[in-house]
Amino acid sequence: MTGEDKELFASGHRACAGCGEGTAVRQILKAAGPNTIATVCTGCLEVVSTGYPETAWEIPLIHAAFENSASVASGVEVALKQLGKKDDVKVVAFGGDGGTFDIGFQALSGMLERGHDITYVCLDNEAYMNTGIQRCSSTPYGASTTTSPAGKYSIGEQRPKKPIGAICASHDIPYTATATIAYMSDLKKKAKKAIETKGPSFLHVFVPCPTGWRHASNDTIEISRLAVETGIFVLWEAEDGDICNLNVTVKPKKRKPVEEYLKTQRRFGHLSEEDVKKIQADVDEKCEKYGF
Amino acid sequence: MTKVKITVGAINKDAGSSRRYKTGGWRTMKPEVDLEKCVSCFKCFDYCPDGAIKKTDEGIEYDLDYCKGCGICAKECPVEAIVMVKEEK
Repeated sequence: MTGEDKELFASGHRACAGCGEGTAVRQILKAAGPNTIATVCTGCLEVVSTGYPETAWEIPLIHAAFENSASVASGVEVALKQLGKKDDVKVVAFGGDGGTFDIGFQALSGMLERGHDITYVCLDNEAYMNTGIQRCSSTPYGASTTTSPAGKYSIGEQRPKKPIGAICASHDIPYTATATIAYMSDLKKKAKKAIETKGPSFLHVFVPCPTGWRHASNDTIEISRLAVETGIFVLWEAEDGDICNLNVTVKPKKRKPVEEYLKTQRRFGHLSEEDVKKIQADVDEKCEKYGF
Repeated sequence: MTKVKITVGAINKDAGSSRRYKTGGWRTMKPEVDLEKCVSCFKCFDYCPDGAIKKTDEGIEYDLDYCKGCGICAKECPVEAIVMVKEEK
């Protein structure tokens, strides 16, 4: 077994069948290697991987509260520096979208501002999935969740997704990137680069959720690919917080209509033709900004 | 009920112990690979959320103790070497 094949995220974790987080965490931990200390805040990843007295982690892990994965990682990093071990040991903080976009945002912002040598990984499945699919600030426009249900008077979530990557890059951190599991070599490359970067880096990973998005478990990879091909999720990286000159790493030659992405998931099943047109117009405008 | 001994601070030194829990029991569909067709691209190995695929000299091998039967490998296989069949107990 070569180094790359060694699993640091063990089988037997309780993620739903077809969960994109399992794929993402396996690959990111392989990029980080065994000399890594991880922190994880409350969320799907914590719930599925640390059912006491078992753990799916092959590296040291500290479970933090919902809001402070970044703060705990900051403490670990400073302690390692004091012990003179920071050069050998990497620190990776994991958070879900709820723990990053909403609840853990001030801790994350503080970590980025203080310049700790940490890679923060946000696993974004676009709602609070482990508590039962409640909307959060990463839920996209038009998605039906249990706290933004679609019905006669509502189309579901009414606010657009928060641009967390751009917000984090605006802290002038050395490296920020977005990635998704369908583009595996892109994800591996960015994870490696983020972890090797000295100073804070932020990796936003888009992971489909069969349970919350209401799609078939075997569609997970296909949907994350469609998100990129339609322009719903843009894969980019920015160095030194230079978001005006960010590098779009995967540019679809011809963008597919957003309908192809939306129709794969039942959370968008209620959308009318008008709604789809609005989403398409928003995506067109966004992609123009990214220059493709 | 099995008795669980709680350690000080609930520190768990048993790394990777989730392997004791066999998630294969969740499965309703089972993957089957045709090694004649397999081109050893290992896309399925990378995409598997559960680490239930092992690389071998001939191609791949499933660890059915952990495969949850999601079907990602069968869908993403570029040469259609993997099919999902109904699990029979």
